[in-house]
Amino acid sequence: MLEADNLVKHFTEKKNADRQGSGKGRGTQPGLVKAVDGVSLSIASGTCFGLLGPNGAGKTTTVEMLEGIVQPTSGSVRYRGKPLGADFRQKAGIMFQNTALQDFMTVREALQMFGSFYSNTVPAEQLIEQCALSEFLDRDTGKLSGGQKQRLLLAVALVNDPEVIFLDEPTTGLDPQARRNFWSLVNDIKASGKTVVLTTHYMEEAALLCDELVFVDHGKVIAAGKPRDLLSDSFDDVLLELPAEAITSDLPAQPFHSATLHGQTVEISTRDINASIQYLLEHNVSLSGMQVRSRSLEDLFIELTGKDLRS
Amino acid sequence: MMSVTHFLAVLRARNREFLRDRSSWAWNIIFPLLLIGGLAVMFGNDNRTMFKVGVYPDAQGADQFLQTRHIKFVDSTELQAAITRVERHQLDLLLDRQQKRYWVNDTSPNGYLVERILAGSSAPDIERQQVSGRQVRYVDWVVPGILGLNMMFSCLFGVGYVIVRYRKSGVLKRLKATPLAALEFLAAQVVSRLWLVMAITLSVFFVTHWILDFTMHGSYFTLILVLTLGAIALINMGLLVAARTASEELAGGLLNLFTWPMMIMSGVWFSLEGAHPLVQMASKALPLTHVVEGARSIMIDGATILDVGWNIVYLVIFAIGCVLLGAKLFRWE
Ligand SMILES: Nc1ncnc2c1ncn2[C@@H]1O[C@H](COP(=O)(O)OP(=O)(O)O)[C@@H](O)[C@H]1O
Ligand SMILES: [Mg+2]
Repeated sequence: MLEADNLVKHFTEKKNADRQGSGKGRGTQPGLVKAVDGVSLSIASGTCFGLLGPNGAGKTTTVEMLEGIVQPTSGSVRYRGKPLGADFRQKAGIMFQNTALQDFMTVREALQMFGSFYSNTVPAEQLIEQCALSEFLDRDTGKLSGGQKQRLLLAVALVNDPEVIFLDEPTTGLDPQARRNFWSLVNDIKASGKTVVLTTHYMEEAALLCDELVFVDHGKVIAAGKPRDLLSDSFDDVLLELPAEAITSDLPAQPFHSATLHGQTVEISTRDINASIQYLLEHNVSLSGMQVRSRSLEDLFIELTGKDLRS
Repeated sequence: MMSVTHFLAVLRARNREFLRDRSSWAWNIIFPLLLIGGLAVMFGNDNRTMFKVGVYPDAQGADQFLQTRHIKFVDSTELQAAITRVERHQLDLLLDRQQKRYWVNDTSPNGYLVERILAGSSAPDIERQQVSGRQVRYVDWVVPGILGLNMMFSCLFGVGYVIVRYRKSGVLKRLKATPLAALEFLAAQVVSRLWLVMAITLSVFFVTHWILDFTMHGSYFTLILVLTLGAIALINMGLLVAARTASEELAGGLLNLFTWPMMIMSGVWFSLEGAHPLVQMASKALPLTHVVEGARSIMIDGATILDVGWNIVYLVIFAIGCVLLGAKLFRWE
């Protein structure tokens, strides 16, 4: 439904480089930042599509090109086969990474004002209920907590009953409870059949919400697919975690694949969990404190980029 | 096509933002009232101890009258200008020694006294001319300037600075993502500020007029026309400053760059009549000069719409120029 073909965006680097991120020195010419460097995507109707990547990867620039807010340096975006036109504004709902609303405006007034810009709108009561705004409806938008503000901005993005909704790092900076809260709102939106485009650097969030993912780094797509497929294509092992003092001798290459020390824990990778546990029992290794987990998107990301998530 | 619904929604938001902001009330209403009040107290009672008499063509002579003590005689080379000064109580009496005439203001107690002295000291064949007119105090003269000055700050900062702040905080980006057109947004900013600034200016005008009873010889229609055109010109100038500027510091600097010269060179505080010709020319380029000059001549001299025609034409041209350029340069981001 929404297709991007070979999107490229170059920025001229600002002199007071206050937002360098990893883009610094990425350009071919000095002073030129290749924020997005040839991204192609295809987003199917009704799915939740995730763009994952560390800060500065080019997620925001990519979604803003999809939204028609940023003009690509080259490449094109098509919605239902046509280039983005003025009517796309009526059909898209957008929640930016950083937005302020006008001062001295209450939550209710903000919903009214944004509602009046669109030809097709959702009744205010429905939005208030859906995004749980009723407790602070008459509060000034400048006096909301982080979670309340994000819920309001989500409601503003939903005011025109959009076909496709863009959420750019909607839960960054929220406390765990507010984040979980927000996830359930996004799940409701998905359930109503809307297409969701989500960027995040929380792998847990992506795993929970997204049907389809791309990993972005340095302005390029480095992996794409369904979360399960991505994991099963890249990994066929399981991780065993044991306290470091439990392991007193070297482990054989069979059934173990590798072992790495992370602080006080040893992380053992194996393809045969039964044989591994049997081996450990036979060799009198204490299994108290043992954890078994399957590979996560976070492991995949580290595998793909060879580095930890930069935050 | 402009959508009235969109326009009204933004207009309402902007009006609310102004009306709920206490600090903007202080700046826009209380500040000019205090300023005018303070000036009235400082310059209200013009305690001249000496009498002042203008003599045409000059005060050199041995006449008995010209020797009177406690009267200051000044040369008045231009008869018409000197008569106006009598009307405004700036001269207590004007003597024309060539044609044996004198002018005195029938509402001036000082004029009455000096006339008695003249009658007692010179030939009886001197002809009396009477003028009338109220004393023009400094506060009468300075009120149009202060109204204009207040209007200038309100228009330039209330539009220019606010739009730049919107751009920096992401308000404009959020609005850009909706079907709202730039023209609808800008028109709402202009109209909101225009009615607010006119409501404030006229309130301050009528309140101070009622308290200080300053001179108003011209028509209210012409005065309001000049003030409205001035407000539009200054608002459009604010739009131009804000068309692309993304940093509040740069916007603040630019606005100061425009407001300071206008504060000094637009004849708000003192007349530029005697100033260097270059200063006078520069002053004519500033929109505030035309607001103040126009308003002042309407209020003090009772100027008609034709008398202030050039001021009106300049303000209209300035306003159109700024808005065309501003709309062309405008970027949401
Ligand atoms: N307006 C801009 N001007 C200059 N550089 C920019 C601009 N926007 C983004 N960048 C740079 O482009 C790169 C990608 O940024 P962004 O898309 O915001 O990444 P993300 O959203 O993944 O954190 C970064 O290096 C950033 O510094
Ligand atoms: Mg971002």
